[in-house]
Amino acid sequence: MRDFAFDMATGPSVGRQRDEQQPLLEACNIGFTARGEQLLHNVDIAIRQGSRTLIVGPNGAGKSLLLRLLHGLLQPSDGKVLWQGNALNAKAQRAQAMVFQRPVLLRRSVFANMKFALSVRGLRGQKRSDKILSALASAGLSHLSNRPARVLSGGEQQRLAVVRALACDPELLFLDEPTANLDPASTAAIEELVRDASARGVTIVLVTHDVGQARRLGEDLVFLQDGHVAESGPAQKILTEPQSEPARAWREGRIYLGPNTQSLCDFPGSKL
Amino acid sequence: MITRPILAFVFSALLSAVASQSASADENFIIVQSTTSTQNSGLFDDLLPKFQEKSGIEVRVVAVGTGQAIKNATNGDGDVLLVHSRSSEEKFVTDGLGISRSDVMYNDFVIVGPPSDPAEIAGTKNVVAALQKIAETEAIFASRGDDSGTHKAELRLWKAADIDAVSASGKWYRETGSGMGATLNTGTGMGAYVMTDRATWIAFGNKGDYQIAVEGDTRLFNQYGVILVNPEAHPHVKATMGQSFIDWLLSKEGQAAIASFRIDDQQLFFPNGSKGSS
Amino acid sequence: MSSFWDALAGSFGLVIALDPDLMEIIGLSMRVTLTAVFLACLIGLPLGAAAGTFRFPGRTLLSVVLNALMGLPPVVVGLFVYLLLSASGPLGPLRLLYTPTAMIIAQMVIVTPIVAALTRQVVEDFNSEYAEQFASMGVGPLDRLMSLLWDGRYSLLTVALAGFGRAVAEVGAVIIVGGNINHVTRVMTTTIALETSKGNLQLAMALGIVLLTIAFVVNACVMGLRATAVRSAYA
Repeated sequence: MRDFAFDMATGPSVGRQRDEQQPLLEACNIGFTARGEQLLHNVDIAIRQGSRTLIVGPNGAGKSLLLRLLHGLLQPSDGKVLWQGNALNAKAQRAQAMVFQRPVLLRRSVFANMKFALSVRGLRGQKRSDKILSALASAGLSHLSNRPARVLSGGEQQRLAVVRALACDPELLFLDEPTANLDPASTAAIEELVRDASARGVTIVLVTHDVGQARRLGEDLVFLQDGHVAESGPAQKILTEPQSEPARAWREGRIYLGPNTQSLCDFPGSKL
Repeated sequence: MITRPILAFVFSALLSAVASQSASADENFIIVQSTTSTQNSGLFDDLLPKFQEKSGIEVRVVAVGTGQAIKNATNGDGDVLLVHSRSSEEKFVTDGLGISRSDVMYNDFVIVGPPSDPAEIAGTKNVVAALQKIAETEAIFASRGDDSGTHKAELRLWKAADIDAVSASGKWYRETGSGMGATLNTGTGMGAYVMTDRATWIAFGNKGDYQIAVEGDTRLFNQYGVILVNPEAHPHVKATMGQSFIDWLLSKEGQAAIASFRIDDQQLFFPNGSKGSS
Repeated sequence: MSSFWDALAGSFGLVIALDPDLMEIIGLSMRVTLTAVFLACLIGLPLGAAAGTFRFPGRTLLSVVLNALMGLPPVVVGLFVYLLLSASGPLGPLRLLYTPTAMIIAQMVIVTPIVAALTRQVVEDFNSEYAEQFASMGVGPLDRLMSLLWDGRYSLLTVALAGFGRAVAEVGAVIIVGGNINHVTRVMTTTIALETSKGNLQLAMALGIVLLTIAFVVNACVMGLRATAVRSAYA
């Protein structure tokens, strides 16, 4: 298995020349309110075709929520999400796929899980079987094909979830903290699958709160804090010279407590 | 798509289920609405095979209380009515729901009671006097309370005794609202007197130490009648087959079959068939 | 006490003798109940799954109604089906009263709400787990329903067994619409009721033990099947 931390230094930004192009996916000033509480405020971001965009931020910042809004699983309360300049519709959603933090696998064999996903996309027969076999091979799961998916290890389950999503040939793949529960080896395997897909031109939008993962995978980066975009831009730049205090705190492994607070001692009402 | 094989399976299973049901399309049978006493005593089990052998007609008996039987027949759910409550039967015919009523057979009612005999009526022949004594001593009496022939006969006897037993309902007078057998099970269980037809009593398997206390009064006479449901009221009634069953019951052969039905060497029903006797 | 042991011995005697009448009664019981449960599942599974999966107006009401119908008294169902199938009723011309089909209909009416209400619960739990993934994949409503039912198959087997238990033990409805006609509509429960009313309590008890044994065997077979299937699917 390769170590991506080293690749990262040399990895050229493939998408740079396409800056002038229409973004693949845009969030135009979207907000989201649930039960009277505003959870996202004026999020305005663009996802470039073929890029790897990371959405980072501490727990509770609204990362997973933003991902669901971008994928169309939830509707924004304000603003809108555009896919290639048009409103997000069912057809656009079919060009996307999503991998969840806890893989949602059917109570069937590994093979049947793949078969189900591909059947939904209208694939069948020999073409479908061939696709399943090559997808499983790419994730090193071929020998587990007939095993019930639910008895695989956590890493194997997440690998299956990723190749199942990729087998549908999405233009864009969302991943919601896919390695949050995994050991380093399993994490590396997932990251390799993501990079391979990216190399094939699949646009990647990945939520993480892991600084190391952000370094290894990031091209573009959106930093969320309390439902606001604190900072966004090229990942390398934000990771080396964060402009916002929340991003700086996150990079240094501190808890960001508020605009005028440097430590827990400064927290309003603190008795420390 | 994915669901197609599942749907195909479900449909084929459904078809086979329906197919297995339509197998019972054999039409060579009649339905007789009758009473629990005739069924519980085993009379029909003895009679019907004899009739079927001769005529090839299958007789399906629905055994409920006389009141329910008449109601079912009124709805057209039966071809022949064989019950034991003369006035209700005659009303059924005058209402145009049945074609002439015939006597078939009779037996009699008896009052059974516990050996302790709290009302001291054992051996009494006069049923009215016995009922008056039961009311006087407030000995427990279990009534069918279900509008059956037996229940109607019992109410007539209370009336003759000039006692409003129903007003004591829940006290010494207990209405079970059940069939003859269930009422006997309940009655023997709580040490009550019970009025029952003799056939059910002889065939009853849970007598315990109960004995017949009152019998032999002419007012305890229990007449069974048979009526063909009027096909003018209910066009689907199988009048020809129903009539041939009635004719057979009233024939020499049928009457002899009734007389020959015995349990513990006792005759349960006494044929007195006469056509159009109402 | 002795009568209880007599009944137990009697039930073995009945079964060992393979009394043809008893075999006919058991056969009809099984045919009626299994058909009724099968048809109830055919209606109840998709209905319950829909109530547990989709959001539509009246969804909560439907769930409440299904739960309430679980407690439907069989005698009321019997009366309802009798009035429906009676020669004077709306379905009288079908001539179904006092046939096994009438009994199947009555049992189906009793069992369908049970199957639907329990299915709703099972499927709702699965749906809360799968809903986002299905939405992401763009799975259509029918496939969603079928997938949830399929993935819940082991839990739903227990649902079907609950329906079977209720149907096979049911007497109030089938005696009204079947009429307990010898060799036509006489099943285990109506035979037990008849023998009880004849005062043949030991025979009735023996038949009850036979019924219990059959229910036990059916349950054991299904659960055994389920255990094997689960082991091969999850182990």
